Amino acid sequence: MIPLSHILIYSFLMFAIGLFGALARRNVFIVLMGIELMLNAVNIAFVGFSSHLGNIAGQIMPIFVITVAAGEAAVGLAIVVAIFRNRLTVNIDSFNLLKW
Amino acid sequence: MGSAQVFFYIFAGLSLLFSLLVVTRRNPVHSAICLIITFFFMAGVFVLLKAELLAAVQVLVYAGGVVGLMLYVIMLVKADEASQVKQSLGQMVVAAFVALLLFLQLGAVAYIYFSGKGAGAAVAEAIRYGGNTEGIGALLYTKYLFPFEVASVLLLAAMVGAIVLAKNRLER
Repeated sequence: MIPLSHILIYSFLMFAIGLFGALARRNVFIVLMGIELMLNAVNIAFVGFSSHLGNIAGQIMPIFVITVAAGEAAVGLAIVVAIFRNRLTVNIDSFNLLKW
Repeated sequence: MGSAQVFFYIFAGLSLLFSLLVVTRRNPVHSAICLIITFFFMAGVFVLLKAELLAAVQVLVYAGGVVGLMLYVIMLVKADEASQVKQSLGQMVVAAFVALLLFLQLGAVAYIYFSGKGAGAAVAEAIRYGGNTEGIGALLYTKYLFPFEVASVLLLAAMVGAIVLAKNRLER
C-alpha cells in the first residue's frame, strides 16, 4: 500500500518543477516541456485518487489529458516553426509582436 | 514497507531528478532526452498504481510521439541557435519562489487531508470487467462516449491547424 499523501506530494513536486521550467526558462522548447510536465503531474494525481477511491473514472481522465497534450504539442511546435521562420530565434523574449 | 512502496519511492525520486534536469539543462536536446526518461519512470509509477493501460499509453504517446515530435522541431531550427538563449538570474529566482510557494500550499493540503490513506490496491471496476484495459474500454465506449468523440474532433482540428501553421508561405 503506497500512502496517498506521498503520491500527491510527488505529483505536486512534479507540477512545481514544470511550473518553474515554464516560468524561468527563455528557450521556447523548454517552456513547452515544462507545460508537458505540469500536465503529467495532474495525471499522477488522477491515477493516485483513482487507486485510492477504487474508481476507474480517474484513469479515463488522463487519457483525455494526454489527447489534449498531444494536440497542444503539435499546434505549439507548429507555431514555434512559424515564428522561427519570421524572427530566426527561439528566445521567448523576442516573440513580442503582439505586445503593446 | 512493501516492495511496491520501495519501488514507488525509487521511480518517483528518479523521475523527479530527471524532470529537474529537463528544466535546468542548457541544450534543449538534452532536456528532451531527460523528458523521455522522466516519462518512462512515470510509467513505472502508473504500473505500481495498477494503471497498466495508462503506463503503455504514456510510453507510446508521450515518450514516442510528443517528445519525438519535439526532437524533430529542435533539429529543424538551428541547433546552435536553440542552445544560445541567455538566462537571467532574477527571473529564475522569482520563478523558483512562485513554484515553491505553490508546492507548499498544495503539499500542506495533501498532508492535512490525505495523510494515513492508502492507494495501490486493484480498482473494483477493473476486477468486474476482467482487467484494467477492459474496464477502461468498457467505460470509455459507454459512459464517456461523448467526451471521446469530442477528443477525436479536437485532434482533427489540432492536426489541420498544425499543418496550416507550419506550411511554407511560398507554397500558398
